[in-house]
Amino acid sequence: MGNLDLAQLQQLWWLLVSVVGALFIFLTFVQGGQGLLLTLTRDEDEKTLIINSLGKKWELTFTTLVLFGGAFFAAFPLFYATSFGGAYWVWMLILFTFVLQAVSYEYRRKPGNLLGARVYEYFLFINGTVGILLIGIAVGTFFTGSNFSLNAYNSVTWHNPGRGIEAAFSLFNLSFGLFLVFLARVLGALYLNNNIDYPPLVAKTSVAAFKNLLYALPFLLYVLVRLLFMQGYAVDPQSGTVFLQRGKYLANLLALPVNGLGFLLIGLVLVVLGVALTYFKGSRKGIWPAGLGTVLVVLAVFAIAGYNNTAFYPSRVDLQSSLTLATASSSHYTLTAMSYIALAIPVVLAYVAYVWRLLDARKLGAADLTTGDEKY
Amino acid sequence: MLEQLDVSQLSWARGQFALTAMYHWIFVPLTLGLSFLLAFFETLYVKTGNEQWKRITKFWMTLFGINFAIGVATGIIMEFEFGTNWSNYSWMVGDIFGAPLAAEGIFAFFLETTFFAVMFFGWNRVSKGFHLLSTWLVAIGSNLSALWILVANGWMQHPVGMQFNPDRARFEMESFWQVLLSPVAVSHFVHTTSSAFLLSALFVVTVSCWYLLKGRHVALAKKSLAVAATFGLISSAFVAFTGDESAYTAARVQPMKLAAMEGLWDGEVNADLVAVGIVNPGKKPGDDSDPFQFEIKLPYLLSLLANRELGSFVPGINDLVYGNAEQGIEGAGDRIARGKQAISLLATYKQARDEGDAVTAEAVLQQFNQVRDDIGYGYLSRPEDIVPPVPLVFYSFHVMVALGTLFPLLFGAILFFLYKDNLSQQKWFLRLGVLSVFFGYLASQAGWIVAEVGRQPWAIQGLLPVGVARSNLTTTTVQMTFFMFLIIFTTLLIAEVRIMTRQIQNGPEGE
Repeated sequence: MGNLDLAQLQQLWWLLVSVVGALFIFLTFVQGGQGLLLTLTRDEDEKTLIINSLGKKWELTFTTLVLFGGAFFAAFPLFYATSFGGAYWVWMLILFTFVLQAVSYEYRRKPGNLLGARVYEYFLFINGTVGILLIGIAVGTFFTGSNFSLNAYNSVTWHNPGRGIEAAFSLFNLSFGLFLVFLARVLGALYLNNNIDYPPLVAKTSVAAFKNLLYALPFLLYVLVRLLFMQGYAVDPQSGTVFLQRGKYLANLLALPVNGLGFLLIGLVLVVLGVALTYFKGSRKGIWPAGLGTVLVVLAVFAIAGYNNTAFYPSRVDLQSSLTLATASSSHYTLTAMSYIALAIPVVLAYVAYVWRLLDARKLGAADLTTGDEKY
Repeated sequence: MLEQLDVSQLSWARGQFALTAMYHWIFVPLTLGLSFLLAFFETLYVKTGNEQWKRITKFWMTLFGINFAIGVATGIIMEFEFGTNWSNYSWMVGDIFGAPLAAEGIFAFFLETTFFAVMFFGWNRVSKGFHLLSTWLVAIGSNLSALWILVANGWMQHPVGMQFNPDRARFEMESFWQVLLSPVAVSHFVHTTSSAFLLSALFVVTVSCWYLLKGRHVALAKKSLAVAATFGLISSAFVAFTGDESAYTAARVQPMKLAAMEGLWDGEVNADLVAVGIVNPGKKPGDDSDPFQFEIKLPYLLSLLANRELGSFVPGINDLVYGNAEQGIEGAGDRIARGKQAISLLATYKQARDEGDAVTAEAVLQQFNQVRDDIGYGYLSRPEDIVPPVPLVFYSFHVMVALGTLFPLLFGAILFFLYKDNLSQQKWFLRLGVLSVFFGYLASQAGWIVAEVGRQPWAIQGLLPVGVARSNLTTTTVQMTFFMFLIIFTTLLIAEVRIMTRQIQNGPEGE
């Protein structure tokens, strides 16, 4: 690892950031489940089961988001500075929805909670829909670009008073966001289907997974078609000059047959397979193929956004301000030091998986509604 | 280099960061300390098999969980605020500052949150031993998280292990170990975490004393007090030791902060320590007015505190602003002049490089390297700009120290009365115990004011003033988010306090 040159480290760290991002999107099954909470449940018992099922996992999603931010800060600080400091309102609103989520599980049913259980349920719904929509919109700008410029000292100026909100008015970004919202709901339904042993909910989550996949499809198709034909932000590897290139992302998909086109197609098939197995075959394990599929799709999205000489955070105002892996990254020393730290990631994944299996060895069921166990 | 400074926007951005940090610090100390207390309680349960300890563990765990949730909620804002409100900071020092933050995520957060789930939901799902291990891992994970963020903060107080890269206009890390093991970072970590342990011990004291006053859950209260007071007493010793160390290191790396903490305007040999004082709020650098309206001094003690040497000289605010040739102290004016030269040379260098004039670029770079260490001073206008708000720092420091001196006496007295088995009869003392956590919060928040306000105007001591570190936002934008945070955090705090008091009133399950 100490022998990797700067360009290799930048590629490696883009991969690591992608992996964390992909795991985060998989873990948004928590947000998807929150989105289903109000419409899927018939009574308080069903609500309690869903809340307690999601309640064991919400912090994992939250922590992955925090790590995603930390990894970007450490590896690509110019992105951190440009996007967070520039698209201020988008990020602030995303964060607000996560603040609301963080207290809602714990406070919802506690006596004296000031706002009442219903309000905390709405907080969870807001996080599960608006929060994910805005994250999708923010990721969409990796392809459509943002309104910033950098001066000679890399200080960012944002050229739109919307401070990032303007990205929501792009049909591509909006479709990307809505796709993620419905994907999260698909994953949420599949997770609950797997995690809860309560027949009425098992049936309802199976239908919800199928329906939400149908809702997601038009947005996915629009995003895919646009991606294939839109102008992309290419980088000349010799000069570092950024220029617009028609079909750039199609070219990237083809240039990256494994982690581009391959991951995208296999990922989408796996997501559909997860839903189909659940809805048509009554399988309770659809979350696993769908989850793996989601991870592969997100890895492909990050791959075509950042690899193959592409500006991953393009500027619509000043092409040469666009961020590339080369211009936005930390120094060789820091990326190397961080790579040693990242060796701990497999250990983290191992104990997270171990604890997951341990806690979920027995599914949540009607019996858990009455036991003295700690519950939300 | 940057657009003209908008002081108003800067003030709001600083206000927002202070607001979120102070709210966050209401909850974090309890997480850091209570997590260890839970581990102690549960260890006693596993060792003795006494169900009473299990009930005690579960009771404090419920309060821990309520506090933990809002601690997490306020924490995520802190991380992203570096980018949203301090974007130039994020770029200029992200190469160094980002690494501990990412390490915090990898090493600490997952440990904390993964085993938090086992701790809460695993009582009947995992073995007794694995549950205990999980509780310990939550404590270790929480405090590891504190380690990394305090290393990052310690680096801001005393930047080491890095160099300015003129090509990229940022500071870059040269030694990860120097950043991690900097003496300032280490003492900062130990001082902050031990003060958090102390505060969480006071929290247990407050609740338990209230139970004893009401004559409820007496056994739980006494057992909890025995463990918490011992923990608090040991933590107090660490707080005192590392507090002294912090003052000693401040004298070396942040002498202006130490001068403000003590209200020392003119340096002295055998400097006296002001034990109690009312500062003159109108006092300005260089004027002849009396620094204090009233003060009680302890002779020679400041020299001893700052340098561990009688007869030593402690520089005052005026020495640091205007220089003191006799003591070999350079004034800020000279550094500002060199800083402005550095900024100008950097611009010339960049222009020459962009124009492909390698010869000029190389020559200018050599000149720049002579003065680059003072580049941060170049953004200041006047030597007096290096003075932090003296009254706020002075009072905060003295409140922290005064209260910090009383806490070990409180813990000692609790243990004494428990030993004599007559604590329940000491009504006046129990009332004092009920109030103790509020004094703990006062001292703890005051400590952060000393640390953060005391290093103004710097975001990174001596290198990067807050005015340069900020994002390029309008005042209105920051005002809006400031009030959004204020409303949401205050609402959630009220909810948290109400839930917490209701749980305390209800007491442990099954009693």
